Amino acid sequence: MRYLLLIHQGETPTPRDPEAWARLSEAEQQAVFADYQAINQTPGVTPGEQMGPPEAATTVRVEDGRPLVTDGPFAAMKEALGGYLFYEADDLDAAIALAARIPAARLGGAVEVRPVGGW
Amino acid sequence: MSTPVEQAFRDHWGRVLAALIGFLGDFERAEEAAQEAFAIAAERWPRDGAPDHPAAWLLTTGRNRAINRIRRERALAAKLPLLEPPRPQADQPAIPDERLELIFTCCHPALAVEAQVALTLRTLGGLTTEQIARAFLVPEATMAQRLVRAKRKVKAAGIPFRVPEGETLRERLGGVLAVVYLIFNAGYSAPPAQGELAAEAIRLGRALAELLPAEAEAHGLLALMVLHDARHDARVREGELVLLADQDRSLWDAERLAEGRALLERALALGGRGPYVVQAAIAALHAQDPPDWPQLAALYGELARLTGSPVVELNRAIAVAEAEGPAAGLALADALPLERFHYLHATRGELLGRLGRDAEARDAYRRALALVHDDAERRLLERRLAALG
Repeated sequence: MRYLLLIHQGETPTPRDPEAWARLSEAEQQAVFADYQAINQTPGVTPGEQMGPPEAATTVRVEDGRPLVTDGPFAAMKEALGGYLFYEADDLDAAIALAARIPAARLGGAVEVRPVGGW
Repeated sequence: MSTPVEQAFRDHWGRVLAALIGFLGDFERAEEAAQEAFAIAAERWPRDGAPDHPAAWLLTTGRNRAINRIRRERALAAKLPLLEPPRPQADQPAIPDERLELIFTCCHPALAVEAQVALTLRTLGGLTTEQIARAFLVPEATMAQRLVRAKRKVKAAGIPFRVPEGETLRERLGGVLAVVYLIFNAGYSAPPAQGELAAEAIRLGRALAELLPAEAEAHGLLALMVLHDARHDARVREGELVLLADQDRSLWDAERLAEGRALLERALALGGRGPYVVQAAIAALHAQDPPDWPQLAALYGELARLTGSPVVELNRAIAVAEAEGPAAGLALADALPLERFHYLHATRGELLGRLGRDAEARDAYRRALALVHDDAERRLLERRLAALG
């Protein structure tokens, strides 16, 4: 099955916020880079492209047939989406195991796993 | 007397369905096939006699029906490669036992707990949607929808039909045991109409202990349920709850108590020190006359450490009150963050009463009464309040 892993950064420190990022030790920062690299090189993984920051996002809804465009990420989602990747896995347990290796999942964010395709 | 088909349903439904799911890889198809197989059995067995190996007969029949159905649906080209050719079955009693795969699928954490419970009862227990709905006091349509959604998610999300291994097994087993215990408690604390749930939970517990013989917690949970169940008849007298200390011990089922103790020994021998083993040890001590209160207080302390539950701390307070006197128990109870919990106030009422502080005891019982929902518990509190004069 093919899964889309949506990475919600939540409170996760990222290099985009240098102040928060600096709260991680050098070793922790290196671990985050190494973990993402290992995940991207895992067989079955198709890495997503780097996403722009939430501030650069625009949200589109359609009301009464007209596009209603608002600034920022989808408001109903408390934490903005930070990244994504595709994973070709045997089953949900394999996808959960990969999701659990994504640093955001342990640093205050979460990873949403959704099957894609085959509908 | 039950008919051979009814008996086969009770004994083999879960196993036949599990094997069909393993074979077909699809819950809904497998359920249809299992239902058909039992329907055919109901028609033929009274006429032709029951087969020597009912489970194998049912599995073969269900399997053939499913294959025919798939053929009829002309999905032959797409689906047939998924199916192994059916092995010759008629005189071969060995059927794969995939109940364990099935229960780990039903109790997968990607499903909501209510869905896990419903799916487990429907698939492994063979309860009807209507029976499950009645037991959990929800409309049948709601339960039907819950089951359909759960089955769809299993398929759409790719929840595996597999027993997890290593570290994942330990984590997931906790979830499976929690579902079984939840089913037991729903049946245990409820009126007789739901009593079938407790029996079902014990059946599931037996299957788990049999299929995971090295897992101490599986034996611990079974021991716990059997020990509770042994005291079932003594818990209610003329519709009123009876406290453990006031129970008529002649109503306890001695055979069941002995079985529960043996199961506990087994779990302890496996090195079990987990929450279910400790709870079973507590239940076994409570069934002794007189109970070993210092030992009970120690076990409640151990359980509180494992679960971090203030409710367990409250039980420890009660054991300490018995072991060291009401003042020591009261001091522990007073420190607990359980203001909204009626048992805290009921316990304080009891301990204050023993200390002769009747006015405070009455206040405590009144607070408990303001928080209690269950009618039988309310009447029990009213009786205790009245006894204070």
